[in-house]
Amino acid sequence: MVPSTPSLAVGRACVSLTRTAPGTRGAGLSEAWFGVGGASPSPVGGGGAAAGARAPLLTAPGAATMTQSVVVQVGQCGNQIGCRFWDLALREHAAVNKKGIYDEALSSFFRNVDTRNGGGDADIHKGKIFSLKARALLIDMEEGVVNEILQGPLRDVFDSKQLITDVSGSGNNWAVGHKLYGYQYREHIVEKLRRTAEHCDCLQCFFVIHSMGGGTGSGLGTFVLNVLEDEFPEVYRFVTSVYPSGEDDVITSPYNSVLAMKELNEHADCVLPIENESLFSIVSKIHQMTSSGKLGSTVKQNSLLTSSAGSIKTEQEKPFDAMNNIVANLLLNLTSSARFEGSLNMDLNEISMNLVPFPRLHYLVSSLTPLYTLADVNVPSRRLDQMFSDAFSKDHQLIQADPKHSLYLACALLVRGNVQVSDLRRNIERLKPSLHFVSWNQEGWKTGLCSVPPVGHSHSLLALANNTCVKPTFTELKDRFMKLYKKKAHLHHYLRVDGMEQSCFSEAISSLSDLIEEYNQLDATKSAPGTYPSRLKIAM
Amino acid sequence: MSIVTVQLGQCGNQIGYEVFNAICNDFHSTHGLCSKKENESYQEACKERFFSEEKTGVPVARAVLVDMEPKVISQTLSIAARSGHWRYDHQSHFCQKQGSGNNWANGYSVHGPRYRDVIMNLVQKEAEKCDRLSGFFTVMSMAGGTGSGMGAFVTQCLRDAFPTSFILNQVIWPYGTGEVIVQNYNSVLTLSHLYQSADALLVHENDAIHKICAQLMNIKKISFRDVNQVIAHQLGSVFQPTYSSEGASQYSRSPLGDLMESLVPHPEFKMLGLRNIPQMSENSLTYSTFTWPGLIKHLRQMLIANAKMEEGIDWQVRPPLPGHPVPPKASPNKALHFNTSIANLVVLRGKDVQSVDLGGFRDPALYTSWLNPQEAFKIWKTPRAFNKYEKSASLVSNSQFLLKLMDNIVGKAWNMFASKAYVHQYTKFGIEEEDFLDCFTTLEQVLSSYASL
Repeated sequence: MVPSTPSLAVGRACVSLTRTAPGTRGAGLSEAWFGVGGASPSPVGGGGAAAGARAPLLTAPGAATMTQSVVVQVGQCGNQIGCRFWDLALREHAAVNKKGIYDEALSSFFRNVDTRNGGGDADIHKGKIFSLKARALLIDMEEGVVNEILQGPLRDVFDSKQLITDVSGSGNNWAVGHKLYGYQYREHIVEKLRRTAEHCDCLQCFFVIHSMGGGTGSGLGTFVLNVLEDEFPEVYRFVTSVYPSGEDDVITSPYNSVLAMKELNEHADCVLPIENESLFSIVSKIHQMTSSGKLGSTVKQNSLLTSSAGSIKTEQEKPFDAMNNIVANLLLNLTSSARFEGSLNMDLNEISMNLVPFPRLHYLVSSLTPLYTLADVNVPSRRLDQMFSDAFSKDHQLIQADPKHSLYLACALLVRGNVQVSDLRRNIERLKPSLHFVSWNQEGWKTGLCSVPPVGHSHSLLALANNTCVKPTFTELKDRFMKLYKKKAHLHHYLRVDGMEQSCFSEAISSLSDLIEEYNQLDATKSAPGTYPSRLKIAM
Repeated sequence: MSIVTVQLGQCGNQIGYEVFNAICNDFHSTHGLCSKKENESYQEACKERFFSEEKTGVPVARAVLVDMEPKVISQTLSIAARSGHWRYDHQSHFCQKQGSGNNWANGYSVHGPRYRDVIMNLVQKEAEKCDRLSGFFTVMSMAGGTGSGMGAFVTQCLRDAFPTSFILNQVIWPYGTGEVIVQNYNSVLTLSHLYQSADALLVHENDAIHKICAQLMNIKKISFRDVNQVIAHQLGSVFQPTYSSEGASQYSRSPLGDLMESLVPHPEFKMLGLRNIPQMSENSLTYSTFTWPGLIKHLRQMLIANAKMEEGIDWQVRPPLPGHPVPPKASPNKALHFNTSIANLVVLRGKDVQSVDLGGFRDPALYTSWLNPQEAFKIWKTPRAFNKYEKSASLVSNSQFLLKLMDNIVGKAWNMFASKAYVHQYTKFGIEEEDFLDCFTTLEQVLSSYASL
């Protein structure tokens, strides 16, 4: 039956492209929401909208709410990135939602809870924002990072029921994370996941954030992935994985990564691999551009892909914050079209549908542009086109890869802000000739237009590529693994963990090899001319 | 008689809104260029056809809005209400929380059956509001998951529930260079299924409309809204009231019936194309004048040469000369020069429509030999001008218009299918490889039939 809830006048404030004045960093955000007094939301009326402003969105009676997503952040790296994500998510919504009304866009990542009367944990589905709680699970086998989060400015966004921590850490050992802690905490994890899911009207996606090279993120993180598949098979699993670099100081990172890869191969719907080297280059590049004096003063601080400006965090930025902000922005952009309106929506299930032609080839190389915006709001289309070009340059990819010189299986472009379909088409036509697409997907483009730009920008672009350029990351990983494995170095640390056997290693490396081989076969088709299969003949 | 519109998916709802908006604007137009009596007749017919009366006096569109996610319908309902001139019935919509993910199988096999009863209930309610139901108009894209997959399912349900009503599917052909990667699969699945249940498919191509926006309307930064408005204008130019026979004293009561009768003599041939002339930006309109002979000449050549708009027409293309042997069967792969028609319909609106000479369209050389030329060509007209165009002519054609287009899409889909890419996404929801093969077979059959005209 069509649900007949009373009419919800959920107003959505006008999108304003003017920035809040500097100096309202953090404080501005608090005031905007957490300090909202008793003013009740005025019903959204009709009438002419101001030019350039977005008119309020009336929710029709009986209309369904949107879907929700839950973030599961595991391990030190996962939680640090997660922390930046929540901070920037609040910033993004505050910029769009001036009236402090709990709207559907917010509900995709946040619950609204009235904490005044203490004890009540019921969700408030409409009206004023009381206290926003992140739909998240924070898991770490050490307490340091999570404790810091809980003592920091984001403490109110999480509650203690969302945490699973231990004290001693996983010792950079995948087996400890996966087998030992996995077994130990399974019930706990399931219970907390269930509770988080119950607060969701329509749970669409789990976002797992972790690193591959350590013990907790890698081992326990992939254990959680298994649990998600078992307990919530209908819900998508998008995994953001930070891969270790060659010079990683964790000696056993190749083992951990390869063991984790097998899990990603088998249990993730989509993986967004990230490499610290790429994040670091991008951070350096931005730093160079903005402090070189050439553009310095005209750059909008809060537009930097790496910036925490305007968010709650007011203390000294940590060295990894800039890099982690990039990943946080990736997730925000990925989900923007699911949260906000646009002329061509791109939901998360569409991303999975269009970018994964074969079940195991679900590794997506991502790039975000622009890296920053100049204060000049009048953007000639030349700059717009530059944004598209940059998305395909190897400098902007979040892993060390060059998609232009490899083979595309599929490509998605999610544009935000004041960009129309003609801009999109013009740029696809322009860039297409320099890109190689697999023969059976010559026009393999998936596009989305979301009207709401990110904070500080008038427009932005997220490109997701299913491209064979991801192969080197895997082959290098395999090589580093083999170097250790051949000598059986450190193997005993793993094998002495209950449930861990030599076969775990051989299966894992085999899984990775198979994956590499699939990419090899596709690459081989690149040079061979496409032979088109003959069509069905119809007898007349 | 009334038409109930079913808007499906993001595209269907966005376009549906523009159509009702265009119709309503035309309704209120003060540039009718005809007598008051004529205008009143026109308005009355228009109202009955597309809107129902409300106590508040604001006309309510005869429409059901369907989507699997809420954002678009929410927007559509509110923009319409804000216009003050018309609105949707806010009970007459259905949406869910999570979209179809561009997955035809999800739309057809999962969402369709699951929500069939609720949706058909809404349709039934709208149908009951009509004194007499002429039929259904569905609006959907082929590229996505809801409009295409669920749209195909809903069309089937309409056919089952209303066996004697006419069903016209307004289908949007996606841009050639992807909006959606699996759009070719979704299109093949949609077309083959619609072919079983619909009476006819009226096609609009995003690429063609985009060119119209760029070259004729002079729009610099083309948005989907611009594209949708052109489509709405073209549809309005056909479906606003007309006199469908010579000497008729009343506006036609049964537009869909007339359309099917004229254009679809055989169930194997259901693909209809639409052309409209002139098209230009509002600014240019005030400075332009047209003559009927000029417009008709262009429209005819657009038919013959399969041109999508009035610029860049290939004037070299000629129909085969009478008395000469029929040219050999053209294979779908060979570039067709001359566009053979089964049947055509021209709609004329505005000043001096009585005096228009349409002899050129009665030339037997344009048509296959099945129908005699009198039957193969129909005219609808009204002296009442449409949407600020002093004179406007539209052509709805059952011809080889869409042959190349369809061939392209089937070719690309087949190419992808051969590698089995993405097929697992469909089998997950119950559409198997055999189902794909059946659809390919159906469409190859249709292509073959059109090619051999």
